[in-house]
Amino acid sequence: MFCLIAAESAIFTIFVVAYLFYVGKSVAGPTPADVLRLPVLPTICLLSSSLTVHAGVRSLRNGNVPGFARWWLVTLALGATFLAATMIEWRRLIYVDGLTIRTNLFGTTYYSLVGLHAFHVTAGLMGLTLGSTLAVLGYVTPFHASRSDVFSLYWHFVDVVWIVVFLVVYVAGR
Amino acid sequence: MSTDSLALAHSEIPPIPLVDRLHGWITTVDHKRLGLLYIAYALVFLCLGGIEAAAMRIQLMAPHLDFVSPQVFNRLFTMHGTTMIFFVVMPLVFGFANYLVPLMIGARDMAFPRLNAFSFWMTAFGGFLLYFSVLGANGLYGAGNAPDVGWFAYAPLTSQTFSPGHSTDFWTLSLLVSGFGSIGTAVNIITTIVCLRCPGMTVQRMPLFVWLNLIMAGLVILAVSPLSAAQLMLLVDRYLGGHFFDTQAGGSAVIWMHFFWIFGHPEVYVLVLPAFAAASEIIPVFSRKPIFGYAVMVGATVCIAFVAMSVWAHHMFTVGMSSSANTFFVLSTMVIAVPTGIKIFNWLATMWGGKLDFKAPMLFCVAFLFQFLVAGLTGIMLGAAPFNWQLGNSYFVVAHFHYVIVGGILFALFGAFYHWFPKMTGRMYNERLAQLHFWLFVIGFHLTFDFMHIPGLLGMPRRIYTYEPGRGWDLLNLIVTVGVAFQAAAVLVFVVNLAISRWFGQRAGNDPWDAWTLEWLTSSPPPGYNFADEPTVQSRRPLWDLKHPDDPDWKYE
Repeated sequence: MFCLIAAESAIFTIFVVAYLFYVGKSVAGPTPADVLRLPVLPTICLLSSSLTVHAGVRSLRNGNVPGFARWWLVTLALGATFLAATMIEWRRLIYVDGLTIRTNLFGTTYYSLVGLHAFHVTAGLMGLTLGSTLAVLGYVTPFHASRSDVFSLYWHFVDVVWIVVFLVVYVAGR
Repeated sequence: MSTDSLALAHSEIPPIPLVDRLHGWITTVDHKRLGLLYIAYALVFLCLGGIEAAAMRIQLMAPHLDFVSPQVFNRLFTMHGTTMIFFVVMPLVFGFANYLVPLMIGARDMAFPRLNAFSFWMTAFGGFLLYFSVLGANGLYGAGNAPDVGWFAYAPLTSQTFSPGHSTDFWTLSLLVSGFGSIGTAVNIITTIVCLRCPGMTVQRMPLFVWLNLIMAGLVILAVSPLSAAQLMLLVDRYLGGHFFDTQAGGSAVIWMHFFWIFGHPEVYVLVLPAFAAASEIIPVFSRKPIFGYAVMVGATVCIAFVAMSVWAHHMFTVGMSSSANTFFVLSTMVIAVPTGIKIFNWLATMWGGKLDFKAPMLFCVAFLFQFLVAGLTGIMLGAAPFNWQLGNSYFVVAHFHYVIVGGILFALFGAFYHWFPKMTGRMYNERLAQLHFWLFVIGFHLTFDFMHIPGLLGMPRRIYTYEPGRGWDLLNLIVTVGVAFQAAAVLVFVVNLAISRWFGQRAGNDPWDAWTLEWLTSSPPPGYNFADEPTVQSRRPLWDLKHPDDPDWKYE
């Protein structure tokens, strides 16, 4: 999982570099300062989801399978809230502010970077769904604790990437 | 490949139907079978890539020939480059790594056998996708067209405006798919080496082959990912109206070059480190001496890997970067020569005072040493920015990188083929045919690639489909093309040797070369489970310790 995280970090680094390189270089169209608002709720959701996913793994290690399922369902809900908030933000950007992926450089780099991250969140949500469903159905035992720990590494990675994206796009880029 | 039990007499086993045998191969997760699949796959694509090269050379044999049209020529050099790098050398590299790494560390299989199979089939599908473009892509010039944008697919040639139709998309998608396969294999190799070494095998006792494949896998993870990212950006530009590489909207075509070469340069180290790995195993065995300076070899390779991540823009000297940027990349390119040179000296020192036996594997490795040195020297020449301004994009560059890849990497890999053929098939190859292969290939290689430097120096650019007579290039191009015939003949001899030896060769024992690493402990070919009892090692040469219990290595290490 560490190797996979290294590879994914390299991919994200390239998108972040492209974003930073192109900051301020849009020829026309909306700029970050015009349209971006700090995504406070999504950030709180995602960061706390790291705590809940870890709590789930700890429950499983202590033999508490229903606790594991509950914590992971909470993580799932927090992650889903994050995605929903992103969707609401994008809806506003597209229909109200007129920013699409093809509007200008900012649009292209913004949607690519944030979209790639959202894609990884989605993949993580699928993993969380799988884990919690299997737990509810009774297939998970404390033997699987280290496997769920490995998955939680992926989820923490997604979180760290969001911190970087947040700082680059919503703080520094404006 | 044999999984027959020793208990039953041969005649008592009912023959397995062909369908089941094929099914066994297609669904295998055994690292040895997957390694062989990778290697066989690479050999097929070597022939395809070679045909593309031969077609180009025939076209360039004399001025103003009309063997292929300019548009077809563009497709030829694009397909040749893409095929050779991604679907020949990388599968060969992964194939040897897959086959040998678990055996050398005393493991039963790779850490993730199903991921292994998945990665192979992703790579295989990528190659199929690339060649399907010949039928499936409707480019500007009619239905069915291979990509024609160069293997590096520079922007903005690859934008929708300049590359309508789908040929570029076949390039992008096939590499994206096989890139995921490569990352999967790299993850597998690292995990296997970190976690599955047998008892007693500390990292200081791993064979150098294993070390170098570990470092190669790390480079794959750091290098292939930027390519995948850049290709996603290209797809966004082509299909979602993005502006990553669109200068009109403030984007930059140069940033594609940066992203591509951040992949492209470490990629060539991914290709060469396994060649070093093979040489580091073959040269000691055929010099009857352990490798000189094991720790320094490892350290130098780690340095090479680090520096390799910081030299990429030496492919971009002619693009117009600032002089400080140019200077930085000149210096880092010069620096990378130091650890590489250290390795070459260590191989020479291994041979010095040894009892040299010039069987085919050793012949190929000695040629590798000499040719890789020369290739490195022309690389340093190109690394000097002003020199590069004269020779960038000329045939000098083409000669340089073919010297490395064919003269260095392919020669070392041929050596690896012959060295491990007895292990993989249980039979010895025909030594006389192998020597014929070697000499034909050396003659062909030098005719082609030595002489290719000169038109480059005389100003012949790359990627041109024909040229004016009377510039002094005519005879040289003819000689270059004649060399191709020798190389083709050599490869034919090679394939014939592999085929007849596989079925009619003399049976080889476990250890025909009297070598020292763990793979020679198993039968030839190894059983499915590799080792009946997990081996324990106490030194870098566990088989030497077994064969010489009175004088074991661990007394001296």
